[in-house]
Amino acid sequence: MTDAGDDSAGPPALLRAEAVTKSFPGVKALAGVDFDVRAGEVHALMGENGAGKSTLIKVLSGVHRPDAGRVELDGRPVRPDSPASAEASGISTVFQELTLVPRLSIAENIVLGRQPGRCGFVSWRASYRRAAAAAARVGLDVDLRTEVGSCSTAVRQMVAIARAVDLDAKLLVLDEPTSSLDEGESQALFDVMRRLKESGLGLVFVTHFLDQVYAVTDRITVLRNGKKVGTYRTAELPRVELIGKMLGKDDREVEDLDEPSLGRVGVKGTPGDAVLRASGLGRDGAMNPFDLEVRSGEVVGLAGLLGSGRTEVLRLCFGLDRPTAGTLAVGGTTLAPPTPRRAIACGAAFCPEDRKGEGLLLDLSVRENIALAIQASRGVRASLSIDAQRELAGRFVSALRIKCPSVEARVGDLSGGNQQKVLLARWLAMEPAVLLLDEPTRGIDIGAKADVAGLVAELADAGMAVLFVSSELDEVVQSCDRVAVLRDRVKLGELTGPDLREDRIVRMIAGRHGD
Amino acid sequence: MGTDAEPATDPPAPRRRPFSGAKGGFIWPLCGLIALLVFNYFTSPSFFSLEIRDGHLYGSLVDIFNRGSIGIVLAVGMTLVIATGGVDLSVGSVMAISGAIAALMLGDVGAGPVVAGFCGIVAATFAGLVNGFLVAVVRVQPIVATLVLMVSGRGIARFITGERVIALRDDADATAFEAIGTGHVFGLPVPALLAVGLFLATLVIVRRTVLGVFVTAVGANERASRAAGLQGRNVKLAAYAFCGFCAGLAGLIDVANIRAADTINSGVFTELDAIFAVVVGGTVLTGGRFTLLGSFVGALLLQTLLTTMYSYGVAADTAPIYKSLVILMVCLLQSREFRDAFRWGRSP
Repeated sequence: MTDAGDDSAGPPALLRAEAVTKSFPGVKALAGVDFDVRAGEVHALMGENGAGKSTLIKVLSGVHRPDAGRVELDGRPVRPDSPASAEASGISTVFQELTLVPRLSIAENIVLGRQPGRCGFVSWRASYRRAAAAAARVGLDVDLRTEVGSCSTAVRQMVAIARAVDLDAKLLVLDEPTSSLDEGESQALFDVMRRLKESGLGLVFVTHFLDQVYAVTDRITVLRNGKKVGTYRTAELPRVELIGKMLGKDDREVEDLDEPSLGRVGVKGTPGDAVLRASGLGRDGAMNPFDLEVRSGEVVGLAGLLGSGRTEVLRLCFGLDRPTAGTLAVGGTTLAPPTPRRAIACGAAFCPEDRKGEGLLLDLSVRENIALAIQASRGVRASLSIDAQRELAGRFVSALRIKCPSVEARVGDLSGGNQQKVLLARWLAMEPAVLLLDEPTRGIDIGAKADVAGLVAELADAGMAVLFVSSELDEVVQSCDRVAVLRDRVKLGELTGPDLREDRIVRMIAGRHGD
Repeated sequence: MGTDAEPATDPPAPRRRPFSGAKGGFIWPLCGLIALLVFNYFTSPSFFSLEIRDGHLYGSLVDIFNRGSIGIVLAVGMTLVIATGGVDLSVGSVMAISGAIAALMLGDVGAGPVVAGFCGIVAATFAGLVNGFLVAVVRVQPIVATLVLMVSGRGIARFITGERVIALRDDADATAFEAIGTGHVFGLPVPALLAVGLFLATLVIVRRTVLGVFVTAVGANERASRAAGLQGRNVKLAAYAFCGFCAGLAGLIDVANIRAADTINSGVFTELDAIFAVVVGGTVLTGGRFTLLGSFVGALLLQTLLTTMYSYGVAADTAPIYKSLVILMVCLLQSREFRDAFRWGRSP
């Protein structure tokens, strides 16, 4: 490795993984990857989908056993065969999907499974002392008796980290810890990471957000297609080079990528009639009453921080949550009261943010998932034959370039981007008049993101109305004709035309109106 | 993770194994069934002998289908209810209600056999609808909702009959009704034909229409089903009503078989046998994917076991011990952990 910023000198490593190899049927997820982490550093693990980040983390945390290679911690070989044994040897992992028990208190969650006590009797006083110490270590300042289920995602994240470091961990692995945190919460998390790093822990940080990598990490290891591209000092690796290494392109190509892509502004025709109209629509405790209109052939975005009411607006507009005020009309019909079934009948379609919990049925096949909405609207007596379903599913699999072994494959076995496309296919099969998309590009790889963005533009050009939520401002600005800005469950206003710029949105959210 | 798990070009599916999950789950009860039959083949050769007497087919195998008919019918209905994520504990009591009404109609009211049977089944289907209403609309936990009818149903049946055992008379109508339990068509016993017919018809309807997908969808993830525009409430209502219908049919077979409506003993513990058959067959109690074929095999396994034990002179009181042992064995075989412990599956 001869790249600038390549880093192999330095203090001895805390964790040293050598030539780790792991195959799954049909794919080599890790091909001889070396990886080292030092005590007192935050080490970013970067790569596109399929690079092998998740697999490497799972090998370190004992979820997967490597086919070949060795892992040393503090110079001693470790061979964890379960998360518990990894924790016992000093490697703790906080997975993206937190493994906490919602009905137990924060303290109980922190000490769960290792409550101090004697003869099978738990010493609650000692438990709370221990939990309090762990919480203090990560700067978690809340009542430890609170039920975890009633805490915010940020607090849960802290609880999970407190639980992880309580184990006398030497190495802490954080798998996309910020993906559901807003800016302030992420900053608080970084403070905790820095504090843990100063106490001598080694941290592995996996994230999709480049800003965060540069904000908090010391070194970066880039993986690509199961192989290691290199390890670099963060300060010496320009952003463009990092992106290039992740995408496997040389610097020249990266600069081409930097050219501003065509936004929607200027390429659209004139919008048609209002397909979705919310008047004074609101729900107590979720979203203050708002007016919103989406016309055919128009892409309307919702911008705001996490918790500003973006998702709530979409859910109200689809009838998933019962409104306590206002009216909703879809396709000219007022829904009273709105329910998903009524909204669908009038031409609405909704891809939720939580595609596994509220969208797809993971146990069903691609074919069954794609045909589900159409079948639900037709009813049991007008069921589609298997052949008709296969034809339908096959058409969308090729049109949306869904990668699956066959239309009979289980949707739970597909990657995130392909799952998202299956969900889109389900609704496109309904030929909806208005499409509601909640974070359609979250957690999917860049290629799939481009596919989804292109599709949205295509659909709008063909006359569909689209209401679009994304937490990535550049995406909102690029894809939308008009953006409604939200803050603290209130709709602040709309931006369109030349006003539709990232800085205007940010200023609006920050509360400084005008220029 | 999920969003960014595993290689994107997957599909990973590394943990898929043969014979696990609903689709292959019935392999193990089938193994148990075959093992039992092989055991019988070597120990009592007459077990497999079939003979035609008076134009009717007789033999232990026919007997298994005949006596197992009630179990099969109940298991078919129970499968759909369990697939929606519920359970129906009331089928035994509903059997008693259906039988009691049919016997009353035949005897005291003097209705014809068809009307009597129809009334019994309508009452049972209504009872199933009540269960469905409590579960799907009022959202009572399925165990509690159906427990209500399990406990009260037998009382209702006894109230209807005035706490008597209603024996069928010796008139023509009663004899015609008894055909459900003791008659033969094409030389085959009617209960067996009814059970197999119901199983096949349900299989075809569930596979050929989207009903099976709806049931699985509602059982696997009700929120996602609602967001897809599915009416989970109606799906559940239909499943419970169908389960009631099956219990009603089983009740008629039972009455016709013993020529009397015995509200105290009819259908006792059959709900547990039905649940056993479904679970042993490979459908999980948490709902979602289901296998009617598995439940069918499971019900046959239970009956084969019973018939085997009786042919060995095991007392009816101690038979449940052996029955539970066999069920335990099948459950162990289904357990991936158990099989891995003996390295029968691929080690991880």
